[in-house]
Amino acid sequence: MPEPAIQVLDVTKRFGSRTVLDQIRLDVFKGETLVVMGGSGSGKSTLLRLMSGNVKADGGDIVSLGKSISKMDDKELAAYRKNIGVLFQSGALFNSMTVAENVGLPLREHTDLPEETIDIMVKIKLELVGLREHADKMPSELSGGMKKRAGLARAISLDPQILFYDEPSAGLDPVTSAEIDQLIMDLNKKLGVTSVVVTHEMDSAFRIADRMVLLDRGKFIVSGTPDEMKNSDNPLVRQFIFGLTEGPLTERRRGGAYVDDLLGGATG
Amino acid sequence: MIGATSPIRFVRGILEFIGGLTQLLLAAAVAMPRALLSKRGRRLGWANLWAQMDRVGVKSIPIVVLVLFCIGAILALQMAPVLREYGKMDSVADVISVAVFRELGPLISAIVLTGFAGASIAAEMGTMVVSEEIEALEAHAISPIRFLVVPRVLATTVMMTCLGVVGDVAGVAGGLTVSSVFLGTGAQQYWNHTFEILKLRDFITGLLKAGVFGSLIAGLACYLGLGVTGGAEGVGSATTRTVVYTIVALIAVDLLFTSVFYYLGF
Repeated sequence: MPEPAIQVLDVTKRFGSRTVLDQIRLDVFKGETLVVMGGSGSGKSTLLRLMSGNVKADGGDIVSLGKSISKMDDKELAAYRKNIGVLFQSGALFNSMTVAENVGLPLREHTDLPEETIDIMVKIKLELVGLREHADKMPSELSGGMKKRAGLARAISLDPQILFYDEPSAGLDPVTSAEIDQLIMDLNKKLGVTSVVVTHEMDSAFRIADRMVLLDRGKFIVSGTPDEMKNSDNPLVRQFIFGLTEGPLTERRRGGAYVDDLLGGATG
Repeated sequence: MIGATSPIRFVRGILEFIGGLTQLLLAAAVAMPRALLSKRGRRLGWANLWAQMDRVGVKSIPIVVLVLFCIGAILALQMAPVLREYGKMDSVADVISVAVFRELGPLISAIVLTGFAGASIAAEMGTMVVSEEIEALEAHAISPIRFLVVPRVLATTVMMTCLGVVGDVAGVAGGLTVSSVFLGTGAQQYWNHTFEILKLRDFITGLLKAGVFGSLIAGLACYLGLGVTGGAEGVGSATTRTVVYTIVALIAVDLLFTSVFYYLGF
């Protein structure tokens, strides 16, 4: 049995009266790439933010790298965050700094390395994501794919043990998206990091995943290897993976009390 | 927040707002020494601070000079007919210098800076929230308070104090110009009157207020900017609210300070 890097233990998260995640249990094993799939509003991004410590759970706990996130004080949380990297949906580069300054910021903030060493490390990280010649550009001069790659270079600047990806291929063309996927797989191999990827792009999910889970209405429906998922006979999984227009997901949407709604509107 | 329905909720909203703002400013004050004096803080802290001082203060000097010069001139023209009736034309200088140094220099400079720096800080912070930059800072274990709020509050406080001095001088210059060119008071006489009437405490109380105004402008802008929700629309509304709330807060704090100074006999 491989060792878990992250253990999600019965985590519940509510926003107001809406329960976004309902007693979720999940293990992420060391060195694997786990893909979390789910439709919009299924709670997958929230799950990622819980694991990266950006959001606090309302119930349950997450044990990551051997420590309970809910019990961490500010100092421990800061220490934990230096061991993880997050790639945000938009790349989230700091717009007032160049690409190289963005990548170097965590190093300047958290290490006492001399400037020359930092410059070299920044160049290495930028080379890894293929952006070395764009080091002096401002984020506004980069394309969407380049922004994500720069964001990735910044996320790995402190050599994290876990990388979280929030929709890495959202809004990218198929080729750029495939490049990012390749990069995720390369980093996984070269740096030996554990990766958690949240996505709803099926092509990308099947390319990179060692294991995948499907999240629906705040609960896990199924988990398994890409092959197991493809051969699943769960109708919801089939509809989601193959993008079918008929199935339980659309059924549910249609099931709303349409007639009541219409008549209610007429009388009220 | 503000604008709720019942009076109780309205008052509670205001108190919560003031509480949140105070918390932010206290957190910034606590983070300040480490941000500027620690070894790693020095690497980015000072560069950051200079950049903010330039952006907040240096670029607003011409506008402050222009506005305060005009205010001084307007005051001279408004006072002249009344004072002439009493044969006290020389006192134009007295009225203007006290009004400008104690009150109008700091206050008008602060209002200019609200539009100049407050709005831009709020929009900047709001945009950073929307583009996930704040979350990214936190994910890198970099405190947005230390990294963003401290340099902005400190830069605005320091620059507001400097702008207060600039504003004072510009206001007196405006009054002097109008008095000597249009009202026939000699420039030398005006100058002498100004120095006779002004006391060090007029200058100090004015600058003290200016410093507090500076913290208030940046504090409110950061607080409202960091609280943005809901995309570009949220940024726009936060910017507008920053300008409106700041001007109201400036006047309220000014009243508070002026009453305290009055009772203390300053």
